Amino acid sequence: MNCTESIKANVTSIKNNSFTIIDKDGPPLPHLRMKTENLTVKYGSTTGVRDVSITFQEKQVTALIGPSGCGKTTFLRALNRMHDLTRGTEISGKVLLDGKNIYDHKVDPVTIRRRVGMVFQKPTPFPTMSIFDNVVAGLKLVGIRNRSFLLEVCEKALIQSALFNEVKDRLKDPGASLSGGQQQRLCIARALAVNPEVLLMDEPTSSLDPQSTNRIEELIQELKNDVTIVIVTHNMQQAARVSDQTAFFYVGNLIETGKTRDIFTNPKNKQTEEYITGRFG
Amino acid sequence: MKTLRYRYILDRLFLSFLVINTIIVILPLLIMSSYVIVNGISALNLDLFTQELGSPTRAMQGQPTGLVHTMAGTLVVDIMALLFAIPVGLGTGILLSEYPDHILNPVLRIMNDTLNGMPAVLKGLLAFVLIVKPMGTFSGISGSAALAIVMLPIIARSTESALSIIPWSIREAGLALGLPRWRVVLSAIVPAARTGLITGFLIAFSRAAGEAAPLLFTSFGNNYLPKHWTGMFFGPVDTLPQRLYSLAISPYEHWHRMGWAAAIVLFGFVVISFVIAHLASGNNLQKKGNSR
Repeated sequence: MNCTESIKANVTSIKNNSFTIIDKDGPPLPHLRMKTENLTVKYGSTTGVRDVSITFQEKQVTALIGPSGCGKTTFLRALNRMHDLTRGTEISGKVLLDGKNIYDHKVDPVTIRRRVGMVFQKPTPFPTMSIFDNVVAGLKLVGIRNRSFLLEVCEKALIQSALFNEVKDRLKDPGASLSGGQQQRLCIARALAVNPEVLLMDEPTSSLDPQSTNRIEELIQELKNDVTIVIVTHNMQQAARVSDQTAFFYVGNLIETGKTRDIFTNPKNKQTEEYITGRFG
Repeated sequence: MKTLRYRYILDRLFLSFLVINTIIVILPLLIMSSYVIVNGISALNLDLFTQELGSPTRAMQGQPTGLVHTMAGTLVVDIMALLFAIPVGLGTGILLSEYPDHILNPVLRIMNDTLNGMPAVLKGLLAFVLIVKPMGTFSGISGSAALAIVMLPIIARSTESALSIIPWSIREAGLALGLPRWRVVLSAIVPAARTGLITGFLIAFSRAAGEAAPLLFTSFGNNYLPKHWTGMFFGPVDTLPQRLYSLAISPYEHWHRMGWAAAIVLFGFVVISFVIAHLASGNNLQKKGNSR
């Protein structure tokens, strides 16, 4: 019980833990949550991402756009050390989370991934677990056993991911029994259940029907008050709808970044303009 | 029109080729099982399952003899061997599959295959040197150890392949939740692969259950049930394959027939473990089917 409560307390304290940059003369600036400095990702001799510096502010959604194979996903996966498992991947530069480099030797990738969650392009429910166990896997498997707490978290996460009404009567059914779109929302619920500070989404709606997509986009809007969101998308309209900041990638380079409205109405770079207007990509 | 007919003929030819091959594959099994059953059925009786073997004179004087001690010994030795082999084999398989970049893996893979190819009698010899000699007596434990060495490489390989079927993305999903790698493997990957794992265990089990050579100078054999149950572990124990061998080379007509009966029992033993394996995987398939 004690353990559970301390973790509960921890989960709530994380939210209040971000640091603020106070501008003496003006209103407080948005919190700077995450930042990359000259981030380069190489596999063997190929460079997937070259020299990218970008900032992600709290209460903002950043959309990463660009043609297929331009390094968006590679970049995204570098933000929570998912490349650690791939042999021959070389990462240089820095990724700062609340001012600390997550690639520092002293940093345990597990703690980083706990704070920086990820939703993948394809649904990946744990095959042998029930819907309930899937949602609370991130809590249950680190030793939280308090059932009423887990149920509460599960319900909240499922409501957020717009799946609750469809599964509330069959939480014990296997996660794999859901349809593809439902599985994806299940995975989103699972990522939300551990209460991450940053949520990385790799084309989360590419396997969803328009209604679920709509719900997920609403969810992103709801979540951004608590969670910093970085989303990779191929859908221009989606980027325009959900994001505050947009970053355009092309062959591993960050071509342009700025406020979404500016990028879509008045891009400074010719390549960005051509991509957005559908002339290539 | 001619070409279409030609294609049908070609298809039939190919199919009959496959059918003939299949028959060739199962023919030895059919011949062997029918021969064993025909020869052994007359010696199958209740005494076989309730009486000890005793001395050869028992049969000559018309006293009841049987192989109950052999069947009990086989169960104890084989199940104990499986219990020895599973943790080690599972561990090796997990290392090979989940940590593919581990520095030990290339060596481990070669050694595992070598161990698999090594004659079973040498594995018995190993257990003899390591366990029988220091203990000063033949024992069920040493027999189990020898059989465990037979099972090990099979379990390691089957574990590796069962785990590698699980998509890599499931592991990433677990890691992205901030779970340590070992936790993801134990709680998400191993359960997902359990059908394949169980099948692998039982294949290894059936394979080892048929081995006589490693038991000849480890569990050795015994004509009686041990006086005390600890004798199953620390004293000489009878097992079916090795008893089959000694009955067959004995000079007594009655024992020869009993040998055939023992073969039926051993055969049944192996078949039952395969049926269990099949059920274990079949149940799971059905669940998956329902869920879709």
